[in-house]
Amino acid sequence: MEETLLDFDLRNKEEYIINMGPQHPSTHGVLRFEVCLQGEQIKYLRPHCGYIHRGIEKMSEALTYPQLIHLTDRMDYLSAHINNEAVALCVENAMGVEVSDRVKYIRTIFAELTRIASHQLWWCAFGMDLGALTTFFYGLRDREHILDIFEETTGSRLTQSFITPGGLMADVHPNFQKRIKEFITYFRKKLPEYDQLLTGNIIFRERTKGIGIMSKEAAIDYGVTGPSGRGSGFSCDIRKIAPYSAYPFVKFNEITLPDGDTYSRYVVRIKEMWESLNILEQLVDNIPQGPTMLELKAVKAPKGEYYQRVETARGELGVYIVSDGGPSPARIHYRTPNFSNLFVINKLAKGHKIADLVAISGSLDLVIPDIDR
Amino acid sequence: MYDFTPFIESITSYLNENLSPFWAGLISMVLLGVGILLFYAVLGLYLVYAERKICARMQNRMGPNRVGPGGIFQTIADLIKLLLKELIYIRNADSLLFNIAPFIVIVASIMAIGAIPFAKGLQAVDLNIGVLYILAISSMGVIGILIAGWASNSKYSVIGAMRSGAQVISYELSVGLALLGIITFAGSMQFSEIIASQEDGWWIFKGHIPAMIAFVIYLIAGTAETNRGPFDLAEAESELTAGFHTEYSGIKFAFFFLAEYMNMFIIAAIATTLFLGGWLPFHLFQWHGFNNVMDFIPPVFWFFGKTAFVIYLMMWFKWTFPRLRIDQLLALEWKYLLPINLMNLILIAFLTLMKWHF
Repeated sequence: MEETLLDFDLRNKEEYIINMGPQHPSTHGVLRFEVCLQGEQIKYLRPHCGYIHRGIEKMSEALTYPQLIHLTDRMDYLSAHINNEAVALCVENAMGVEVSDRVKYIRTIFAELTRIASHQLWWCAFGMDLGALTTFFYGLRDREHILDIFEETTGSRLTQSFITPGGLMADVHPNFQKRIKEFITYFRKKLPEYDQLLTGNIIFRERTKGIGIMSKEAAIDYGVTGPSGRGSGFSCDIRKIAPYSAYPFVKFNEITLPDGDTYSRYVVRIKEMWESLNILEQLVDNIPQGPTMLELKAVKAPKGEYYQRVETARGELGVYIVSDGGPSPARIHYRTPNFSNLFVINKLAKGHKIADLVAISGSLDLVIPDIDR
Repeated sequence: MYDFTPFIESITSYLNENLSPFWAGLISMVLLGVGILLFYAVLGLYLVYAERKICARMQNRMGPNRVGPGGIFQTIADLIKLLLKELIYIRNADSLLFNIAPFIVIVASIMAIGAIPFAKGLQAVDLNIGVLYILAISSMGVIGILIAGWASNSKYSVIGAMRSGAQVISYELSVGLALLGIITFAGSMQFSEIIASQEDGWWIFKGHIPAMIAFVIYLIAGTAETNRGPFDLAEAESELTAGFHTEYSGIKFAFFFLAEYMNMFIIAAIATTLFLGGWLPFHLFQWHGFNNVMDFIPPVFWFFGKTAFVIYLMMWFKWTFPRLRIDQLLALEWKYLLPINLMNLILIAFLTLMKWHF
């Protein structure tokens, strides 16, 4: 960690320090990088977070379990369903109840749709970071279809709070399966466009290949998970390691690439979109019948400590609950993927140009409210 | 058929007959200045509108469509908004340089417009070193950008300005060398003579392979010189927020904005004049019927049509390519474009000597 916790003596008047953020187009939120430059080269950088700290963990202590679901939406707002699912699974495990297969299938479908939507938005923003402005509109065009599916069933497009301890808030809309099938065929046609527009571009390859190389050891040391870690060959897919919900019932590949540069992190995400489409295809026709909500008298976790991890679109999300047997947690902690992914950036960006910093931070796919909670 | 020379000459002779030479010269200068300024403003607004519509088309959007039919008055509304906006002064900025920088940029592009031939006789000054003049004047703009970056007293602006300086100085070479090839073919630096030499065919066809190489290099280097497209490192929105014009507001920002579009027009206009025959119509060898029909279209339309085509190409680059990094940008120029260009120039000189061009 000595690389990120630089002592202040390093600073002197000779150094050219610029503040990227809290308001900066490429930090995608209120994150601040204190970048020390030598010409265009980065000598070191220090990420400062906390600008959007809302105390979600402390607030949750005053809320019951079904209530605190709504706060989890606001952490990684692009993986809202998966965040909900993490808390729901943790509480269900604590109570020792198991939801019906129907709930498991629907949860997994929502999780995979969320993953695709999140990767689409990441693709938009990544192109923007590199100066390819058209990607933004291509990605949003396709994401709209997923948000429409969400809206139809959950009534909301971004912060759905649909998954709750014990099941789902409601049953799915009658059109649900039809629209997902339409989306799969639609997006299978549109996904090659992403490659045509950006992946094959010579400038894009030059900008990303060999930039910000993260070794497998570094990924493990810093706890970089999700597509960013898998781009370094660190096989860390919770869906494979500790399958939850309907993941034991489906076949899919864990995408890992050995190079660890910005380009391989990019390719992992593009391939994950294909993989998520495969998962959706396996699930969508086989949703079993069953109740969508368990008959629970009260949602109370027995006294003890519980941990549950899930794979969000950005990596491993862990929920740690300490319960004293009451309706709300005594303590709750979220191990959020972005917090760990952020702090590797100094190691990756050091010695590169300032334009590479933008590419690297884009390839880590940071969502700032998830860092600060 | 569409010769503007008698029209211009009648005005000059009318002025000379009725006034002393001093006043005649002054009035003709004022007329020219007003004409160029009006043209500049209208064309700038039109180009901004065109870019917004074209990029909207490429991005699955509608583009401006509320103000006026098809949104054609949108840019005028934007201009009015920018005119009414507060000019923000920065406390520790060098106020003289800070205020003068936008004017340097815009004056450089206005002066370059004067030498561009829009049609036969429709040209403010037909200098005997026209190409050299335009190259010299348009590279003055970068001084404005450097001053803007320096005087803003902002770290992002300085980085943007330095990038812009390195970039324009490098790509100026390629632009100059690419144009030098055509000058070698035509044997003149005067625009009217270069166009006259293309009566029997445009240089991009007559000069075949080397001319096409020069054209491609000119397009790349020209786009880089306008700080646009994949080469917009000086503003690099995602890296430097807005680069050299981060601290500018209101009409001063509008000056930079307008100058960028006009520089694009100038680059396209030079490409048209030197490579694509300027205002000359498109002719096929012996098809007299076809050629007569082509002659019937006024030269102004030919000129603006060709320029619009080149501008469209430049917009196409901008909206489809990611941005280069500064070292890649300089490597592209010094390692690839410049050597190719020098070889190409030797080839052109050889072709001209052996009369192997058409």
